[in-house]
Amino acid sequence: MSEERVGFFTDTTVCIGCKACEVACKEWNAIPEDGLSLSAMSYDNTQALGASTWRHVAFIEQPKPEGRTQLPLADEESGDGEMRWLMSSDVCKHCTHAACLDVCPTGSLFRTEFGTVVVQEDICNGCGYCVPACPYGVIEQRPHDGRAFKCTLCYDRLGAGQEPACAKACPTESIQFGPLDELRERAALRVDQLHEAGTTEARLYGADPDNGVGGDGAFFLLLDRPEVYGLPPDPVVTTRDLPTMWKHAGVAALSVLGGLAACFAVSGRPGTGRGRR
Amino acid sequence: MSITERAGRRRRRGEQPMVPKAEFQSYYGRPVIKAPSWAAPDIAGYFFLGGLAGAGSVLAAGAQLTGRTTTATALKVSSLTAVSLSAAALVHDLGRPARFANMLRVFKPTSPMSMGSWLLSVYGPAAGAAAASAVTGRLPRLGGAATGAAAVLGPAVATYTGVLAADTAVPAWHGAHRELPYLFGASATAAAAGMALVTGPAHENTPARCAAGLAALADAAAEKAAERRLGMVAETWREGRAGTLLRAARVLTAAGALGAAAFGGRRAPAVASGLALLTGSACTRFGVFAAGMASAEDPKYTVVPQRERLDAEGGGGADTQVE
Ligand code: SF4
Repeated sequence: MSEERVGFFTDTTVCIGCKACEVACKEWNAIPEDGLSLSAMSYDNTQALGASTWRHVAFIEQPKPEGRTQLPLADEESGDGEMRWLMSSDVCKHCTHAACLDVCPTGSLFRTEFGTVVVQEDICNGCGYCVPACPYGVIEQRPHDGRAFKCTLCYDRLGAGQEPACAKACPTESIQFGPLDELRERAALRVDQLHEAGTTEARLYGADPDNGVGGDGAFFLLLDRPEVYGLPPDPVVTTRDLPTMWKHAGVAALSVLGGLAACFAVSGRPGTGRGRR
Repeated sequence: MSITERAGRRRRRGEQPMVPKAEFQSYYGRPVIKAPSWAAPDIAGYFFLGGLAGAGSVLAAGAQLTGRTTTATALKVSSLTAVSLSAAALVHDLGRPARFANMLRVFKPTSPMSMGSWLLSVYGPAAGAAAASAVTGRLPRLGGAATGAAAVLGPAVATYTGVLAADTAVPAWHGAHRELPYLFGASATAAAAGMALVTGPAHENTPARCAAGLAALADAAAEKAAERRLGMVAETWREGRAGTLLRAARVLTAAGALGAAAFGGRRAPAVASGLALLTGSACTRFGVFAAGMASAEDPKYTVVPQRERLDAEGGGGADTQVE
């Protein structure tokens, strides 16, 4: 890594759900339209990250009066029926230990000089191994194209000294781009600030360099459990267990060899009497 | 209705839950991870064919060394056919089949698919040379060496596919990452023994009958161990399409092994037992494949085990602060 490692800090407490990030991402990266459907999931018709959705704003409606956005929907007097909206712009985590990159058999997925994880589309042969490897369900093969696509953290813009399109477009600075160390410090301060202000449910997700993926290059400040936002609560890079798997595969292979050798040993040669019935 | 309840009540086709429903939260019941886009005939088919080829090469070498030449030749041809078909299935499943050669662009131990590609690129020609020499009777020395090489690499071809499946975030596969190679190895041995019973003359099939019994026992033990390890995720091995396939696999494999042991000395029952073993092995692979798909498509199997792990650890760490 020749440059400083950069990433995203997405502070969901100030997200207003405008989806400017989704639009800016699609525009800048020239991502094809991938279907228009009404999902009945609040204001979220995007539904999930995928081959042609590299930023996805989640909308969660909760019957909870506390929180940042309060909508007196039914009974204003009693406070019953008050709702809160949680909104969060999700993205590829650019994992320190990235399963997609580890399992890629062609070397198409690689780690850039900025510490991000990018697919080289001229090399990807569409084997699809990265798809189930990602613990966050981020990367996906584009139908008809066959190759895998995901957020590049605007590799082309970084090279030109620009910030990624989503961060540039975000009107509330919910999406913050910068050197990862700096972002982590800023995020820790922000959580302290929120806790002091009484928002005790504020927590960081993916900021810990000791987590299951060695720390996420894109991390979040959330107001509820990660799974409420569709994020895995405790993801672990699958290749952490790969040495164990290879060991068991080796022992299993030797067992096949040994077991079959034993069968021939006890059966003797045909026509020698032993083993003839 | 809160999202917790909505997601918790998502049940498939009125099945009765075997264990109390796990309380968990999700985003509108949407999957957390993405299921592979792999087609079952391609990839589960590849697991089966790779196993049949790999374990078959060991049986072929054993048969050759002990003078069972008819069986040896039949198994060499079977292994070459199976490995050719499996390579075709792999290429067919690619999003960009024309770029299949990129598989050998790098040598990458962290990618089971890369290692598998290299393995196949050595094993395939060995299996091919062994079969060609056996059928034509030419270059017997080279044929012998190829038979030996295929027999050494074959077991790896048969078991590495367990790692291929397990090295993902798919709960029903990764959760059984210690057991899958043994299950796949046993299932491969059962298939190869089945092929030997179908193609070899009865007076040569004693080792295959023995192998069928051993494989059936190992298969059952490995599957039990996997289900025990998986905890609540084992539901995906027991329910739905996967449950049906794995139940069929158990019956067919046991019947094939017992049939081979008891009546394998006669041609007709030997063939029937062999076919049962082959079908049973295929059912095991398609069953495990289906279980993985089911576990990827339901957020429960990703969220609940991770949440339990966090809660057991006392919810420590900045990532899991106060409610
Ligand atoms: S979030 Fe998924 S796609 Fe992004 S780097 Fe991590 S493993 Fe790869």
